[in-house]
Amino acid sequence: MAEVSEHTISALVEDLPGVLTRVTGMFRRRGFNISSLAVGHSEVPSLSRMTFVVQGDEGVVEQVTKQLYKLIDVVRVSDISQEHMVSRELALVKVKASQASRAEIIQLVDIFRANIIDVASDLMIIEVTGAEDKIDSLIELLRPFGLREMMRTGRVAMARGATATGGRPVSAAATAESAPDVEAVP
Amino acid sequence: MQLTGGQMVCESLLREGVEVMFGLPGGAILPLYQTFPEYPQLKHILVRHEQGAGHAADGYARASGKVGVCIATSGPGATNLVTALATAMMDSVSIVAITGQVPRAAIGRDAFQETDSTGITLPITKHNYLVMHASELPRVFKEAFHIARTGRPGPVLIDIPRDVLTERAEFEYPDSVKLRGYKPTLEGHGQMIKRASRLIRESQRPLILAGHGVVISGAFGELHELAEKAQIPVITTLLGISSFREDHVLSLGMPGMHGMAFNNHAINQADLLVAVGMRFDDRVTGRLSAFAPHAKVIHVDIDPAEVGKNVRVEVPIVGDARHVLRALVREVEPATHAEWLKQIDQLRDEHPSHKVPESDKLLPQYIIHELSEVTGGEAVLVTGVGQHQMWTAQHYTFRRPNSWITSGGLGTMGFEVPAAMGAQIARPGETVWSIAGDGGFQMTMSELATIVENEVPVKFAIINNNFLGAVRQLQDLFFNGVRVAVGYTGNPDFVKLAEAYGIWAVRVTEKAHVRQAIKDAMAHPGPAIIDFRVEPEENVYPHIPAGESVAEMLEGPTAEERIWQR
Repeated sequence: MAEVSEHTISALVEDLPGVLTRVTGMFRRRGFNISSLAVGHSEVPSLSRMTFVVQGDEGVVEQVTKQLYKLIDVVRVSDISQEHMVSRELALVKVKASQASRAEIIQLVDIFRANIIDVASDLMIIEVTGAEDKIDSLIELLRPFGLREMMRTGRVAMARGATATGGRPVSAAATAESAPDVEAVP
Repeated sequence: MQLTGGQMVCESLLREGVEVMFGLPGGAILPLYQTFPEYPQLKHILVRHEQGAGHAADGYARASGKVGVCIATSGPGATNLVTALATAMMDSVSIVAITGQVPRAAIGRDAFQETDSTGITLPITKHNYLVMHASELPRVFKEAFHIARTGRPGPVLIDIPRDVLTERAEFEYPDSVKLRGYKPTLEGHGQMIKRASRLIRESQRPLILAGHGVVISGAFGELHELAEKAQIPVITTLLGISSFREDHVLSLGMPGMHGMAFNNHAINQADLLVAVGMRFDDRVTGRLSAFAPHAKVIHVDIDPAEVGKNVRVEVPIVGDARHVLRALVREVEPATHAEWLKQIDQLRDEHPSHKVPESDKLLPQYIIHELSEVTGGEAVLVTGVGQHQMWTAQHYTFRRPNSWITSGGLGTMGFEVPAAMGAQIARPGETVWSIAGDGGFQMTMSELATIVENEVPVKFAIINNNFLGAVRQLQDLFFNGVRVAVGYTGNPDFVKLAEAYGIWAVRVTEKAHVRQAIKDAMAHPGPAIIDFRVEPEENVYPHIPAGESVAEMLEGPTAEERIWQR
């Protein structure tokens, strides 16, 4: 059996109605497992960027990539886990914070370079950004205080350096009007 | 110029070279239909059920190499197209389906005859559109036809709300498409072509597996040249049939579950498979771990996702079959493979399952063999799915390119009636035979009315065994003969049924009358039906049980065993 591991796949897609359904529908019907999915605008106004975290061996990831490419609205796909990448996730955590525990929570927030963005008499909302494992550990530390609500965005990732996510160098002229790197996609 | 949405659709269809459309109107699509009188160049064939429109467009597309067009209204009209779209998707057939939708303001409000057509057809179309402004129609049609017919072809659905069809906007048809996410590769990679030809040169026991891609790209000449130049025997998958003439000495017929036993054995002994425009479907490979254990694989396909999907590939070549084969022909060196060809001949003698069994009964295999003789292997044959399909694939000797139209991937019963109609309309001067099962025929025989109305001279051979035969065979072989829900005891008298439609028909119960009936049907100028009352318990052999390997292949009763069975 080939080795199963976690892959971060980034896809540049047309910003059109239904594109998310097309992508997730394809994942579902082909039995691919997505553990995280994040979608948002890209540097080009008509394109969105999706980041998937997929579990599977090389064969599965190759099929995921190829099947994504088959969708007409998908412009570019790359497995950036092979490249040097930075990845981040954001979480909002609503935690119980009594008079007694508040100081301790603030200390944890400082250590994790998280932010307190709302305070009520017995609750706080904490915002934390980072790699998944960092967020996981903060959540574990906060859990004993009483987690009331939690919301995580899923991973967003980007290749380091001069390569655009997807392996092509970013052109200086990659503006909304010209976007030559995207037009030249194979 | 300012046009209504309906006029834009017609103008677009004309610019895409459409001549025939198959459809059935309803409220939401009506504004389009009401513009048809302005466009007499667009011939509309009124079907009896939208599934028939879809399959007819499919048969038309496969027979003509053009894009088939079908039209339905919203709601049930669109859902009735679903089976036909799924069929076309699985078999890579270029179709543009146009459906009406409820007016824009009513969308999402459960309006009368509203259904989410683009949602429903998402996984069974290559792409689809919901057009919310008439001004988008020219671009959408340009893209839809481009997507349907290029790359790996497939169905594209365009859903148009009723008030978009009446909305007026400026019409300017684009010259080209701008799809940054869609650029099919045609030419194979030079390096890969070189590696492939090296593997071919080194191979002692090569086989070509030719699939539908050869037919779609029209690579008949190129395949022929490659096979002859390097003396490589050619196996044609179910949908690859008629990509290579079957009376050729290098033709080995169909592989797989109901393929020729000897060529399945040959695949097991081969040291190289040159797979072209085929996708290693489970009906071809059986259990993957036991498939072609000694063979390296060169896989040519226009769809990168097919390469490496099911089998390990030594040389992947993404490109159009015709372009790649042309490059390969140039690159490969002449060879003889005399030893290998002799070995295959021996396999052919040892495993004679491709022969029509000796019997006094009216065997379906015999009928197909006779049909092959009478037509000289030059008719266009259309089938649905099941025993009749397999017998036709096995026993008709196809001699002409692209003369075989069948529902392969989806395996759609009833395909044979409307698809044959579409094929005949695409190729009016030719003989088109629909080989039908009594089961499939009854699923879509309502299109007989369409056939009569439009004077489409399709010839039907109903292989009538009063069973859902393929299912009965599975029950007999693998479920201890416990027959559940497979007997068709209430079949109509198909000859009387034909009479009711005003179609010429005859019943054949004796072996001796087969040839004359076929000749009579062909001599009749219009449509004709032959009700062949065949031996009901006949099975299709060979039979590799699903998910098994060649080692588990059932080759069927021997001549002696057949005598005992009587």
